[in-house]
Amino acid sequence: MISAGIDIGSRYIKFVLAEDGNIIAAEKKETGHDPLGTCHKIIAQFIHKRPERIVATGYGRYLLEVHGDIHAITEIKAVAKGAKAVFSSCRTVIDIGGQDTKVISLNGDGMVAGFEMNDRCAAGTGRFLEIMARTLGFSIEEFGRLRRSNAEGDGRLKINSMCTVFAESEVVGLIARGVSRDDITAAIHDSIAGRVMSLVRRVGADEEIVFAGGCAMNESLALLLAERLQKPLKIGERPDMLAALGAALYAAG
Amino acid sequence: MSKDYTQMWSSIGLNLKAHEGLLSVLGDAYKNIYLSQKNRPRGMDYFDFVISEVHGLRIEEIVGAKESGKKVIGTFCVYVPEELVLAVDGVCIGLCAGAEVGSDEAEKYVPRNTCALIKAFLGFKLAGLCPYVELTDLIVGETTCDGKKKAYEIFDDITGKVYVMELPNMKGENGRKMWRSEIKRFADRLEALTGNEITLEKLRESSKLVNAKRKALQRLSALRAADPAPISGLDALLVNQVSFYDDPVRFTAKTNELCDELEERIKSGAGVAERGSPRVLISGSPMAIPNWKLHAIVEGSGATVVGEESCVGERNFRTLLDDGFLSVEQAIDNLSERTLTVDCACFTPNTERLDNIKEMVTRLNAGGVIHYALQFCTPYMMEAYKAKKVSDTIGVPFLRIETDYSMEDMGQLKTRVGAFLEMLQARARA
Repeated sequence: MISAGIDIGSRYIKFVLAEDGNIIAAEKKETGHDPLGTCHKIIAQFIHKRPERIVATGYGRYLLEVHGDIHAITEIKAVAKGAKAVFSSCRTVIDIGGQDTKVISLNGDGMVAGFEMNDRCAAGTGRFLEIMARTLGFSIEEFGRLRRSNAEGDGRLKINSMCTVFAESEVVGLIARGVSRDDITAAIHDSIAGRVMSLVRRVGADEEIVFAGGCAMNESLALLLAERLQKPLKIGERPDMLAALGAALYAAG
Repeated sequence: MSKDYTQMWSSIGLNLKAHEGLLSVLGDAYKNIYLSQKNRPRGMDYFDFVISEVHGLRIEEIVGAKESGKKVIGTFCVYVPEELVLAVDGVCIGLCAGAEVGSDEAEKYVPRNTCALIKAFLGFKLAGLCPYVELTDLIVGETTCDGKKKAYEIFDDITGKVYVMELPNMKGENGRKMWRSEIKRFADRLEALTGNEITLEKLRESSKLVNAKRKALQRLSALRAADPAPISGLDALLVNQVSFYDDPVRFTAKTNELCDELEERIKSGAGVAERGSPRVLISGSPMAIPNWKLHAIVEGSGATVVGEESCVGERNFRTLLDDGFLSVEQAIDNLSERTLTVDCACFTPNTERLDNIKEMVTRLNAGGVIHYALQFCTPYMMEAYKAKKVSDTIGVPFLRIETDYSMEDMGQLKTRVGAFLEMLQARARA
């Protein structure tokens, strides 16, 4: 059977078409100011494949539930299902998206056994990284490329503020002091990894650990998290699509 | 509202324009959150009426009481014994503190990162929006948390009516002695304020009345154990909120009528949700009226809230006053002992609360615990750790929420609550 999952995130809308559990098509578009319109466009693009069922997830899932009579599940359940499908031994998912960070623990059957999520602000999430990259004049791809120039020991540079607004002024202050942008970039990644670890410590991190969400494509962050966890992280080919995949699999029943 | 109260509000000193705005927002919220619910008991009609007249008829009654020479005592906390207020023929009112109102004004006096409840009681007063606070002759504070303690000093600067009871931090012998003397001091203050003597007979009357109210609320709580629950958590929360400012005799009668109806519902198997749908206990900070945020999210996501382990909830009515006292002194002893059974997180240690969470989960057949702490409410934020531990030992999933009265975190809260309920459903199926 062909089924579809649509993950309406704060920054991007992700769409996966699956046949018997395998991805046969995927699409990703910026959420923008009209998420419902973008959803309809994406769905129209694939309607000729005749998905039997569509399930919505993500921050904007209710939009489709209300306007499209499409069943919705939370992105926590969806990303857990997607991660388990790609990595069958998965017991922990670290999911960093546009405005939320989630750490999810799965039981042996792949069911959600517990989770932690950031409260209200976008501190330490994808949106935060975007703003920091822009402040430092990097593209988001360059920004996530590994920089190990952050000196070890006492010379180690630290970003103390995790609030997007305050961290930006902290970064501006460092630039004004003549600190190299590579060092600042490394410090920003360090501080995000530290913040994610405080959520991880509450939930626990049993192997295998899957890193999901758009931020899993950031090499620095992946490496720093793996170092702090002292365990390897599994990152699939499309970590940003795992929630949409999970929704498609859920739709297939 | 049944008639035009503009004249009355104006004479009380409310800010009429802002007040009109508040009532319209409140009315809309009530319509969306309360009146849209399905299968509500008919007995809720009375409480709908009370809400529609929250600043109308009830205020008129209180104005009438004042004209007949009665004093109005405003409180913020279940440690303040209502029995004493009623024994001097006073009117006891839990004051407005449950909406994001007048925050800008409040932030001129207190830091931004002050808990929403404190900001709200200052805000309601500063913005001229709470008729109750304007009608009070005495406002009773208590040294429960640091935020409230310091805010009462400011509140006294603003109103000149604040009286503070010193609540101990521990429930040992010294603490009990001190609290007893504080109850006595409060009794003396009330006598001085009203000129009425607190007699044994008066105390017997008022104890009977307040115990009857507690029994009605206990009865309501017990009925929520049925599956399906005969009443929504939102409605039960509302009844608890109304208990703080309604006329106690009428409130008790109406709550008992509601309970009669709920008993009939349970007999016929009727309820507000499907049998077997997720049931949640909410535990933590108080939800002052009109704070319905978390209940609305939980019940809007398909679960039923079956209990509030909270001051606006079980902590308010769990223990009755031992009314077998033979003298005023003995009554003061018993009042002091009863209030100290309340398991507020401001006490250390506070192991009773953990036992009570366990007891409520079991008795109410809750499948999960949502721990609710107001942001910057340190005692409850801290105690979440112990509450989680006790939930773990009885094998019940636990979700920790920290929030305030604003709507800006609705998206995140819906996701967290939604995922928590998905977890409960998956467990139930397994």
